[in-house]
Amino acid sequence: MTFTVTAYKDTRSGFGDGLLELGQHNNKVVALCADLTGSLKMDAFAKEFPERFFQTGIAEANMMGIAAGLATGGFIPYTGTFANFSTGRVYDQIRQSIAYSGKNVKICASHAGVTLGEDGATHQILEDIGLMKILPGMTVIVPADYNQTKAATLAIAEWDGPVYLRFGRPKWPVFTPADQQFVIGKADVLTVGKHLTIVATGHLVWNALQAAQQLESKGISAEVINIHTIKPLDAEAVLASVRKTGCLVTAEEHQRAGGLGESIAALLALHYPAPMEMVAVNDRFGQSGTPEELLKEYGLDVPDIVEASLRALKRKG
Amino acid sequence: MHDIEQLKSIAAQVRRDIIRMVHACQSGHPGGSLGCADFMTALFFNQMQINPSAFHMDGKGEDMFFLSNGHISPVFYSVLARRGYFPVAELASFRKLHSRLQGHPATLEGLPGIRVASGSLGQGLSVAIGAAIAKKFAGDDKLIWVLMGDGEQQEGQVWEAAMFAGGRKVDNLIAVIDYNGKQIDGPVDEVMPLGNIKAKYEAFGWEVKSFDGNNMEETVNVLHIARQMAGNGKPVLLLMHTEMGMGVDFMMGTHKWHGSAPNDEQAARALAQLPETIGDY
Repeated sequence: MTFTVTAYKDTRSGFGDGLLELGQHNNKVVALCADLTGSLKMDAFAKEFPERFFQTGIAEANMMGIAAGLATGGFIPYTGTFANFSTGRVYDQIRQSIAYSGKNVKICASHAGVTLGEDGATHQILEDIGLMKILPGMTVIVPADYNQTKAATLAIAEWDGPVYLRFGRPKWPVFTPADQQFVIGKADVLTVGKHLTIVATGHLVWNALQAAQQLESKGISAEVINIHTIKPLDAEAVLASVRKTGCLVTAEEHQRAGGLGESIAALLALHYPAPMEMVAVNDRFGQSGTPEELLKEYGLDVPDIVEASLRALKRKG
Repeated sequence: MHDIEQLKSIAAQVRRDIIRMVHACQSGHPGGSLGCADFMTALFFNQMQINPSAFHMDGKGEDMFFLSNGHISPVFYSVLARRGYFPVAELASFRKLHSRLQGHPATLEGLPGIRVASGSLGQGLSVAIGAAIAKKFAGDDKLIWVLMGDGEQQEGQVWEAAMFAGGRKVDNLIAVIDYNGKQIDGPVDEVMPLGNIKAKYEAFGWEVKSFDGNNMEETVNVLHIARQMAGNGKPVLLLMHTEMGMGVDFMMGTHKWHGSAPNDEQAARALAQLPETIGDY
């Protein structure tokens, strides 16, 4: 199966466009931003719905608390800031005022991962998926491209409960359909294969598809699964695939610890032990560089997925 | 609406409840709870426009209260139960396994009257602002009340919230600081001086009024005035002077009873000073 790139767009624009559309159809949706309206692509919503947009200034803790209060009053608040300031900076506010309190807040986080690029490690959070997924009741979503981010932004409004929606900064290939139905918690099997399963999330789904093409030229048939929902994890889809292929590779723009790979490793260890390799950042902070350079430097590029796949296949024997 | 004598009688029973609750589980925070008993009674029995028999999370058409200094849960639970949010008998389950009356207030167990978890300090004012904005947006003219501790003012988030409420003219919000001057480690002004808290809030665009929160007449009067102060373009702060441990002689004048429970003998001595008024749970 080949995937056509229909455009190159940033996933954060998918969020911004989704939010605008949502505002037009759902008057319960309100948005908050901590001085990053342009970066989060929230300007269109802010302009069209000024009475439903709250600029909090550079005060993320207060923004999370206000969102919890708005949710208490029956609204559906979407908070927007960089992924680092959406999680690590405000962890206790999310834990107590949102997650433990069961508030219907949508925490929307841009500039996640090393593909943020030149700003460097202060802003390239690689721990946010882990921080969010260990909170009871938190849903964690990492869409793969612009279209999917837009679809996810719309879908989470219909999901009752706190959600962490993670996306990124760079322009990235758009390959999922514009008219897709985004089903929270349901994995997308992108290519059907028989020798190996590759589960990927976020930007690295595209890299996984590229890797699968290269493997195909070596006569290896890889099943690529897009895990856009890290929690709740579609365990059945992953297990069904690995029962068939017998080995697995995970790929994500996140630390090994706490990420998708760790969730999958736990799943396989408990239910179907099989050779597995992880493509993820290995206990390092990021640094400045172009997104392309950084993906290479941290072992997240297409050749890294190919090599991990060959290792997994070798271990399978 | 209750008259002053009725309110004093309820507050006396609330103080008794507090001692009995913390004694029964040998943990909890009696000091600040006792100090706030008069205010909480006046607020819930006299001032707030609420419907305790049908609790709704969104508080539509009602005043809403948020407790930011969640450790004074004993006074919150007692007042909620006495006001009819849940059976008073349930006060006996405070801090016990599978209770809805968690050590610090929580929504997870579905206790009527609680709208957000609190305990980790500094978060309640922000949540109250969000609820206040939601009310304005929904065209609901009722008010949001929030209680904070004085030591809690040391948390940075409080000042993020204070800046927002003043800057955005959140004027359907009445915040109250329990200014008893004590926190766990000692006098607030030794642990970390607050400076001129009145001037600080005024500088952030708030209207500030001070009062004696252990004088029932004055408390009732000031809460009424606070309602009149709302809607004038500024959030309202009430600087409430109280005595930690008020009502139990050996718990007053010290920070020692912030977070410790009385033993059997101490509980008996305390209860002897707090006669039953409207019936023990």
